[in-house]
Amino acid sequence: MRLELNDVTLTYPDGDGRLTALDRVSLAVPGGGLTAVVGPSGSGKSSLLAVAATLIRPDSGTVAVDGVRVEGLAPGRLAELRRRRIGIVFQQPNLLASLTAAEQLQVMAQIDGRSPRKARPRALELLEAVGLADLADRRPHQLSGGQRQRVNIARALMNDPAVLLVDEPTSALDHERGSAVIDLIARLTREQGTATVLVTHDRAHLGAADRVAEVFDGRLRVPEPTG
Amino acid sequence: MFVAWRDLRFAKGRFALIGAVIVLITLLVGMLSGLTAGLARENVSAVTGLPADMIAFSGSGGDGGPSFSDSAVTERQWRRWAQEPGVESAEPLGVATTKAEAGDGNADGAIAAVSVFGVRPGGGLGPVPDGFGGDSAVLSEGAAEDLGAAEGDTVTVAGRELTVTEVRGDASFSHTPVVWTSLEAWQGIAPPSGPADPSDGSGGADGGGTATVIALTTDGGPDTDAAAADTDERAGTTTVTKADSLAAIGSYTSENGSLQLMRGFLFAISALVIGAFFTVWTIQRGPDVAVLKALGASTGTLLRDALGQALVLLVGGTAAGTAAAAALGAAVSGSDVPFVLTPGTVLAPAAVMVALGALGAAMSVRRITSVDPLTALGSAR
Ligand SMILES: Nc1ncnc2c1ncn2[C@@H]1O[C@H](COP(=O)(O)OP(=O)(O)O)[C@@H](O)[C@H]1O
Ligand SMILES: [Mg+2]
Repeated sequence: MRLELNDVTLTYPDGDGRLTALDRVSLAVPGGGLTAVVGPSGSGKSSLLAVAATLIRPDSGTVAVDGVRVEGLAPGRLAELRRRRIGIVFQQPNLLASLTAAEQLQVMAQIDGRSPRKARPRALELLEAVGLADLADRRPHQLSGGQRQRVNIARALMNDPAVLLVDEPTSALDHERGSAVIDLIARLTREQGTATVLVTHDRAHLGAADRVAEVFDGRLRVPEPTG
Repeated sequence: MFVAWRDLRFAKGRFALIGAVIVLITLLVGMLSGLTAGLARENVSAVTGLPADMIAFSGSGGDGGPSFSDSAVTERQWRRWAQEPGVESAEPLGVATTKAEAGDGNADGAIAAVSVFGVRPGGGLGPVPDGFGGDSAVLSEGAAEDLGAAEGDTVTVAGRELTVTEVRGDASFSHTPVVWTSLEAWQGIAPPSGPADPSDGSGGADGGGTATVIALTTDGGPDTDAAAADTDERAGTTTVTKADSLAAIGSYTSENGSLQLMRGFLFAISALVIGAFFTVWTIQRGPDVAVLKALGASTGTLLRDALGQALVLLVGGTAAGTAAAAALGAAVSGSDVPFVLTPGTVLAPAAVMVALGALGAAMSVRRITSVDPLTALGSAR
């Protein structure tokens, strides 16, 4: 399993007490597998992704990314784990205004201490894979919402991550463009062999997933893998 | 610096604005520094140019320390100093600021304020080592120019006619050009008005040794200071290093103080302005920082890039401002504006500007450390 969450409990401070966002959640995703996570707003979907992305430490339970246990890792090591093994597709594209589409991807090489210039061919290749070959030199304000979201996805794959975490990627898109983005993620998951967790509120997109996990009030219900 | 360079280009309007502020402040600081040095030179060059390392003033210092205008040393005092072990030479020096007139005093010659420096013939203090006897004078270039006098001319200083034997050097004291003459002539021009040394039997002007201060050349031994204090005690003098003696020039202390204060304020203002700019800039790009952190950029990398960006701006702006100050300084050199253009007067303030600006920027980009990458994940950006 490339991503494994075991018995993870996460609480947030809430007035005098604490609010349980994740309640003994366990989830394992193999490479090339696409697990969709659905659930009502506030059920804990984003919290689940944040824990898997090592952006927040759970109160208890364990997280392993590509076989690396994250508990006890120093912030610097966590950052390294994120840039090398985890790809994050944000709900909003979160592109940097001053960079062209290709540079949004090249920056992933730069933060990993590699030459952004040498990473350009790989960036162009990925942009082609998401259908943006012709728009590599455009800045975010020259791209449509759907195009930005595809740059967001390509960026997440730039450093060949083992795990791909996707948070409601279609929330800013119409249904048709949304479906295209989900199909793209499903295809890239197979091609790149990532363990993908896709959070979505749109049940129409679930066909692309291997399995669908449901969250409710911080509890995750995962069906046994079929087939 | 990948993102930092592109941000510089992308937000060029904003960076051009702060860059212009840096250029202008640097220009101002550079000009003020050149002016401060120029004014200081007009104030002190005659003293700094003396072949001496310590200056003895009369009296025990009193309030406000020694002063060239109040000091009057006796022959006995300088003879005592001359005998001290460790003192290689002790030379009396008369200093007085007065009016000089070109010509013999009857003609309508040019009139100028000058500082008359009386030195012992052959004593080595003046610009002409062999000295000049009796009623001869060596004019500094400034004095020659102000008086329109040249070698062989006569100038009248406080009613006494002196023959110009030479024009040499650009010594200046308290904003007036120096006229060098013999100690004897000087005593006739400016009888010292200070309190007479009670232990000095000869007293007053008749001793032929009375002057304003004693210029000392010491062997620079380790206990020079202690020995000097000891001799001061016995001779009734106050001895300070040549550098410290500049404070005894009234106009220098007040001018230099206020100019340095202005310069200090400019340094502080630029550090604050740069700090304020980068504080706003860092807050503005907080969301970008959160995204980069979430993607796995280390805080160290982000801090380094942000500081590098600030340094590019600072060094670029400071270099342009310094170049402008140097160009302006070169343009006014040769005119009446007292402006000294040396690496010290233009590069040192530039280095301080960069250092203080970097400090201001460092204080503001520090907040990158506290940006939470978790905020990149939410829908509200
Ligand atoms: N940083 C936080 N501090 C306090 N409570 C939070 C925080 N983030 C999320 N929550 C709460 O945790 C619960 C789960 O939130 P979230 O994981 O964002 O759900 P979802 O993504 O499914 O809408 C919600 O009740 C939310 O209000
Ligand atoms: Mg959410």
